[in-house]
Amino acid sequence: MWTYILKRLLHGLFSIIGASLLIFVITRLTGDPVAMLLPPEATEEMVRQMRATLGLDRPIWEQYLIFASHALQGDLGMSYRWEMPALTLLLDRLPATIQLASAGLLFSISVAVPLGVLSAVYRGSWIDRVGKTLAMAGQAMPNFWVGLILILVFSVSLGWLPAYGSGSFRHLILPAIALGSYPVAAQTRIVRSSMLDVLDSDYIKMGRILGASESVLVWKYAFRNAAVPLITVLGVYFAAMLGGTFVVEVIFAWPGVGRTVVEAVFARDFPVVQAGVLFTSVVFVTVNLLVDLSYGVIDPRARVNV
Amino acid sequence: MLANNRQQTSQPLLEVNDLQTHLVLGRGTLKAVDGVSFSLNRGQTLGIVGESGSGKTLTSMSIIRLLPKPSGRIVGGSIKFDGIDIVSLPEKEIAKNWRGNRISMVLQDPLTSLNPVYSIADQLGQPFRYHYKDMSRREIRDASIEMLRKVRIPAPEKRLASYPHQFSGGMRQRAVIAMAIAAKPELLIADEPTSALDVTIQIQIMDLFRKLQEETGVSIIMITHDMGVAAQLCDRVAVMYAGRIVEIGDARDIFKRPAHPYTQGLLQSIPKIGQRQKRLYAIPGQPPSLFNPPKGCRFADRCPHRMPKCDVYPPTVELESGHSAACWLLESKA
Repeated sequence: MWTYILKRLLHGLFSIIGASLLIFVITRLTGDPVAMLLPPEATEEMVRQMRATLGLDRPIWEQYLIFASHALQGDLGMSYRWEMPALTLLLDRLPATIQLASAGLLFSISVAVPLGVLSAVYRGSWIDRVGKTLAMAGQAMPNFWVGLILILVFSVSLGWLPAYGSGSFRHLILPAIALGSYPVAAQTRIVRSSMLDVLDSDYIKMGRILGASESVLVWKYAFRNAAVPLITVLGVYFAAMLGGTFVVEVIFAWPGVGRTVVEAVFARDFPVVQAGVLFTSVVFVTVNLLVDLSYGVIDPRARVNV
Repeated sequence: MLANNRQQTSQPLLEVNDLQTHLVLGRGTLKAVDGVSFSLNRGQTLGIVGESGSGKTLTSMSIIRLLPKPSGRIVGGSIKFDGIDIVSLPEKEIAKNWRGNRISMVLQDPLTSLNPVYSIADQLGQPFRYHYKDMSRREIRDASIEMLRKVRIPAPEKRLASYPHQFSGGMRQRAVIAMAIAAKPELLIADEPTSALDVTIQIQIMDLFRKLQEETGVSIIMITHDMGVAAQLCDRVAVMYAGRIVEIGDARDIFKRPAHPYTQGLLQSIPKIGQRQKRLYAIPGQPPSLFNPPKGCRFADRCPHRMPKCDVYPPTVELESGHSAACWLLESKA
């Protein structure tokens, strides 16, 4: 078990190094941050001096090694713009992002699970078709568009919910729906197809033979089996949401990690962008590991020999 | 606690009369069970023997009303259980008051019959929870331990908390049998309950069925393609071929004096100790398609005794008390 976890952590470390290398190179291809930090009338000398202070005059591999060795000590560099450590900046914004991602995930599950289960139980009926259509629509609409439509309908026209900002539960509703509507389709499909498999199994037939009611069979005996593949995608989607709230956070002016990173990209605030990507890859690796470990909780067969 | 108090009459427990079960599929209607009749007395075992596709499984699924959805349906005939025609009973009534309680079943593969993510205790508790609603958790636990003891699972108190993957194949089938008989059904259908198991385990499970029948008086329908199993365990045997019963009778009579050429062929294909044959006997040919079954005898194309008459379906001839077969060869004996 422990060797397994260790092996997974090592794999994860490689992924994280890869991601950090990639973002390091890409940011430096986008242009020169100094141009944005200094006034237009700055002299050549001032530019050169600024570059030297930021370490941007060294070869890129040297820059990366400095970055990596600092990163290992928990120092991801100072934000050019905010004049505070990039890590602190992101950690300050993290709770807001976790809150939004959790709410988005909760929304998607609470739609996808009943929809997927009912679509499987009443396969081919109107509810199956409605489920399919809804799920497809959710996947077809980009979340910035869903966000804008939600704002137009519920904030501008109806005036029920605030259009942007944070601080209360009411502020959370629209961004959570905008974020959570995309994965509904995939989650519904997974729940539906794994439910179909399970409902066709001998142990469900055995339950019928013993006189079980359909609701006990579906929600107790079938659903727990069907939940295993769902958990996998939930983990992946939660990770994707944590690191992928950029667009929704910008639209709803949500003070989270995503918006901070997007702003940093525009300002060529390299340390913050690098820290953001590093953060996202760490989240992915951790969540995937946790997901794999959680199978044992649901499925006793996975408990003994991992 | 219930079954033994029910009225003991000479009336058979189960009377199936001219049962017709069809599967309505995309490419046509499969007449899987086409006019099957038999009866079963209390405490007796009926073997239904036949090759795959002969309709033996769908006959039993018609009795417990678990035909494949939405294709399967009973289109004719009656199934009288204790004098009540259960074909006309609504699905809800069957599910609530019949399955598990009066009619139960053991499936072929014990590896897939148990839910992998629930403990034996939870699954074995099902029949008690469904049919004896006033039992407490404690009582259900005690009753479950008693059931495991009944199917000869050692150290049942410890085994209750196990999960199916911690059981061997034979133990799983024992646990499934325990579940199936826990609510004291009067009829237990066993659909090839040993064909997924090792030979030594097969014998133990067969032995268990016999003992359980002695202890509880349950009637058993044993579906099998194995004449040996039928010979060991059954009081009566029905031989099915292409959706119909071609011969039925007391096991002794069937094995000593098989009348139908198909039954004779089946018995010939059992390897015998002491006789080294170059090749095992196999009946040549394939059974006819049941989408559009032939009008005459369905075995005619494979029969060594084929006659022109066989183009008309042969009448059922009673050869001796309770032993009858449908074949033109027997016409003179009628």
